[in-house]
Amino acid sequence: MTPDLAPAHEHEHEHQAVPSEPALRVKALESLLVEKGLVDRAALDALVDAYEHKIGPRNGARVVARAWVDPAYKARLLADANDAMADFGFISRQGDRILVVENTPTVHNLIVCTLCSCYPWAVLGLPPVWYKSAPYRSRAVIDPRGVLREFGLELGDDVQVRVWDSTAELRYLVLPERPAGTEALSEEDLAALVTRDAMVGVAKVVFPPPKGNDERHS
Amino acid sequence: MNGIHDMGGMQDMGPIEYEKGEPVFHTPWESRVLAMVLATFSWHKWNLDAFRHTREVLPPEDYLRLSYYEQWFSGLRDLLVRRGLATAAEVENGVPAAGAAKTTPPLTADQVSPVPLSTRIHAQRDLQVSPRFHAGQSVRARNINPVGHTRLPRYARGKAGTIHRDHGVFVFPDTNAHFLGEKPQHVYSVRFAARELWGAQAPEKDCVYLDMWDDYLDPA
Repeated sequence: MTPDLAPAHEHEHEHQAVPSEPALRVKALESLLVEKGLVDRAALDALVDAYEHKIGPRNGARVVARAWVDPAYKARLLADANDAMADFGFISRQGDRILVVENTPTVHNLIVCTLCSCYPWAVLGLPPVWYKSAPYRSRAVIDPRGVLREFGLELGDDVQVRVWDSTAELRYLVLPERPAGTEALSEEDLAALVTRDAMVGVAKVVFPPPKGNDERHS
Repeated sequence: MNGIHDMGGMQDMGPIEYEKGEPVFHTPWESRVLAMVLATFSWHKWNLDAFRHTREVLPPEDYLRLSYYEQWFSGLRDLLVRRGLATAAEVENGVPAAGAAKTTPPLTADQVSPVPLSTRIHAQRDLQVSPRFHAGQSVRARNINPVGHTRLPRYARGKAGTIHRDHGVFVFPDTNAHFLGEKPQHVYSVRFAARELWGAQAPEKDCVYLDMWDDYLDPA
């Protein structure tokens, strides 16, 4: 049983005033933390650089493309994603657990975090604003087909929709279907087709890629 | 806590606002908040569950109005003071108190690259704990309404599902968020039919999977 665990003082939560000018308040807090020796400014810079330039959906796209061209790799990926992704070096075999769910002609997977914003950072980078927003988080579980329609994806009645609500410390990645007509493409060219949205499950991978598709990954 | 953050199944929140070519950060201060939150985790004065809970206790109107990184900033300020890394006056003024000792940051730049260590959650425990359930078993999510942190969403409480797989042993957020111990236990992927959750209006074959701790489940 789960008792009432929270000590009373936790729940007189003194709702603190929200800073009116975020840029200034953030700068002031950073100065404080640096001056107190609580954070190293160079470490902050390195973290920002990592998420701005190094960790993003290209990681996930490379994994997807490898799974498309190599059935043995795909089997490993579905069985133990951390082990398979460690081949690329951007995730540790002992790191946070990732699970890959596979789309097929009859199964479509969709990832959400209804309670906050859990997202597979290691392979997709930081989540976009819509993923963290109330409209997506609220409706993805009760009306996934309506949500997908909003993204321009209409699924037939013969397709089962599986929604994965990330309520624990497991992160999900969708393995999209490989589009028809891509048989001659190299692994690298295939990776260039794979979008963040397809790996969240709100889109399919399209070939040839639509013109003006600016859901581009850095 | 039955708060505004527990949004699964709510309707009328408006259309999904998709930004084409969205940047990783919309302003530089967002990136600094992210970095400060990640770097301060290295002090091990709090955990991810506690950090999540700081956002959940924001007043509902603020929760809906504030951007993601404003929520993070508010939570960071809250934990710095509550867990003793800074005083309320220091956080308010942005200046160390007179005579305050200077410490050494536990996270340095060379530890960040290539995989930022501080983004690892480390919630899984290599412990022998007996699972209460096994794959294929019918279960029912408990109808609990704790006033503290929980990862059992309202929309699944009281609903019947099936254990899809056992993920292993993890810390329990309901206690961990309040610094009341890790209470390690099994987490399972549990499959719920969409019709069980939402009634006959839902498509027959569709389903929702949630990850659930032992303490959230009863045999059905």
